[in-house]
Amino acid sequence: MASSEGLSVSTVPKDVDRTWLDHMHEWVSTVDHKRLGVLYIFSGLFFFILGGLEATAMRAQLAIPANDLVEPAEFNRLFTMHGTTMVFLVGMPIVTGFGNYLIPLMIGARDMAFPRLNAWGFWMFFFGGIVLYMSYFASMGLYGAGTAPDVGWFAYSPLTGRAFSRGNATDYWILGILISGFGSMSGAINMLTTTLTMRCPGMTMRRIPLFVWMMLVVSFLMLLALPVLTAAQVMLLFDRFLGAHFFDTQAGGDAVLWQHFFWFFGHPEVYILIVPGFAYASEIIPVFSRKVIFGYVTMVAASICIGLVAVGVWAHHMFTVGMGRGLDIWFAIITMVVGIPTGIKLFNWIATMYGGKIRFRVPMLFAIAFIGQFLLAGLTGIMLSGAPFTWQLSDSYFVVAHFHYVLIGGLLFTVFGACYFWFPKMFGWMMSERLGLWHFVLFFIGFHLTFTTMHIQGLLGMPRRIYTYEPDRGWAIWNAITSAGVVLQGLGVAFFLLAIFMAFRQKKPAGPDPWDAWTLEWSTSSPPPEYNFLSLPEVRSRRPLWDLKHPEDPDWEHE
Amino acid sequence: MNQSAVEPIDMGTWNRGRVGMLCLIFGESMFFSIFVVAYLFYIGKSGHGPQPSEVLSFPYLATACLLSSSITAGLAVRFIARSHRWLAVLVLAITIGLGASFIAFTAVEWYGLIVDHGLTIRTNLFGTTFYSLVGFHAAHVIVGLCMLSLIFCLLVAGAVRSEHAERVEMVTWYWHFVDAVWIVVFSVVYIIGT
Ligand code: HEM
Ligand SMILES: [Cu+2]
Repeated sequence: MASSEGLSVSTVPKDVDRTWLDHMHEWVSTVDHKRLGVLYIFSGLFFFILGGLEATAMRAQLAIPANDLVEPAEFNRLFTMHGTTMVFLVGMPIVTGFGNYLIPLMIGARDMAFPRLNAWGFWMFFFGGIVLYMSYFASMGLYGAGTAPDVGWFAYSPLTGRAFSRGNATDYWILGILISGFGSMSGAINMLTTTLTMRCPGMTMRRIPLFVWMMLVVSFLMLLALPVLTAAQVMLLFDRFLGAHFFDTQAGGDAVLWQHFFWFFGHPEVYILIVPGFAYASEIIPVFSRKVIFGYVTMVAASICIGLVAVGVWAHHMFTVGMGRGLDIWFAIITMVVGIPTGIKLFNWIATMYGGKIRFRVPMLFAIAFIGQFLLAGLTGIMLSGAPFTWQLSDSYFVVAHFHYVLIGGLLFTVFGACYFWFPKMFGWMMSERLGLWHFVLFFIGFHLTFTTMHIQGLLGMPRRIYTYEPDRGWAIWNAITSAGVVLQGLGVAFFLLAIFMAFRQKKPAGPDPWDAWTLEWSTSSPPPEYNFLSLPEVRSRRPLWDLKHPEDPDWEHE
Repeated sequence: MNQSAVEPIDMGTWNRGRVGMLCLIFGESMFFSIFVVAYLFYIGKSGHGPQPSEVLSFPYLATACLLSSSITAGLAVRFIARSHRWLAVLVLAITIGLGASFIAFTAVEWYGLIVDHGLTIRTNLFGTTFYSLVGFHAAHVIVGLCMLSLIFCLLVAGAVRSEHAERVEMVTWYWHFVDAVWIVVFSVVYIIGT
């Protein structure tokens, strides 16, 4: 089913006596951007299940007051592994995976600029993840002082010093993330270079899909932020193994320096995770509204703005360490400035839908939910950017609600949308609308039960990262609702997995262009042949497929 | 209906090798920046142990070696492009020699610091930041030397011809970058820091 063109560059003969070992070998040794993309996405989903189980364990513990299901030390490990997994082993690979799969197809290229580097990057990420999880088995090591790391996803100093983190669990955290970071950096180099140098004839920078523009911004941020984390982690390794004093307060080192380094990485990182969400929404919304995206150029400008401003706001995560009035004010103002380009984007998506013939298919449902949820997330973000407000609510469940609204309500919803949207392209089969609808409804309700109520717990003063609480605090009912929502979300995800499974079983053919879309990836077969395009496409507008389908009224006459 | 012409994308000399190398250099600069920031931040904060002004002396010779090696590396690319094989072998050998002497000077300096002054990475903040910053730079020089030596061997074997000049040039970009980092490092460590 791969290629109708009959010209195959694969070395393995198609469908003749291939054992599963041959298949495995093909997947393991592949340098094809599409296969690597799929590997990225599916390993991201695998880690997503792990991270989700960790979250479920925490919510089970917190469902009722004074519970003793999970012991305190184990709770610390759970939130550390959950946060680390979700950011580095779920968000990053899924984002890189879609980028890998789609960028060459969208700009009319036959592969990424550096296919081998691409494969190297994937395996670095994957083994980095394995190293992190090895801690459960291997880090008992010398002192028997714990299994998984328990220092939180931002691993604040001096908790990570030898004196407070005995054993090797913290080292597994450092090394796992450091190794997978190399993968993301090489992925970023690849995506940047591919976009800049491999575009097909006519695909000027003013015509590349918004997805590609936004991934360009993301790659830039990855390349800017990840080396910073790597450097800080190397310093921490030196502290722990060589007796250096970077973050060792007893020898004059400064624990706050770690916070600066971490968040100088960390804030761009949160944009690395949300801008791809913007990218998926910017492709899905126009197709299902049957309209051109509103304000292409402003969208690009806003993305670049966000990318640049995101570099200068990191210390809004540090309002409570006592940076002083001047810095507090600076970081508060510059953080609020991010709201402007972000708001522009929201208006553009809404304007795209306005007056369109909206088709409420599953990808579109996720995208619409994304718009509302991301708006709320941005608003709590703006609230938190007021330093005095954060003094009250930092380290409370309000912050947890804020960033889950962004990461789930924003990123994960669009990732689900993107899965339903591009799955037919990747595998050639449609996913079931009905199962998708169940997935959406359950996940939507569950998400709001869990995370909308978290705002209230936060305002009522419940600190984050506590393993239990007394019954007389008035938090019990809210926590019960929060935990109940998890059940619905879990069910939703089960429907998602079922939908994937059923798609492979039912084999409902998708054809090259199931959504009547306009960008280049839909011009080739589903799944695309190894070489993507038999002859390189020639592009005259931002919607090359529209031009093909409507020769009487092509876009390039209007742009 | 007039079809607007489809212009092929022309990035000039900016092919993927160059763009990729620039990206790598950008990432590496971010990595070094953090060590530089840490160094600057901790200047004068070592309570005890040797202080920079007592034990560091300006590395004139090492600096001269490294900076001039950039020039010979550039020449090597030119000679390869023009198929002057043995001239290329010669300047490349000089480049590698200069780079290796830089490492040798560093080794001598470190030996003095460790043995005569008792300064190690665990002594104080100066030791911590000094060895990691200068050490990472030296490590990059060594990586560069490995790549240059590989080219040298291939060149002697006749496997590097004029059509490979561009690839060799990419390696020299890396080498120039390492050089540029050294300018920052010596400004920070030997001028500002003392
Ligand atoms: C309108 C834009 C945004 C603003 C103004 C904003 C503002 C803030 C502020 C001030 C905090 C610090 C709260 C505290 O620690 O007390 C924070 C935390 C956080 N934000 Fe945002 N944010 C925005 C968007 C985002 C996005 C897009 C993401 C991720 C995709 C994100 C993820 C996070 C995370 C993960 C934290 C908590 C980190 C932690 O303490 O573990 N935010 N945000
Ligand atoms: Cu932030």
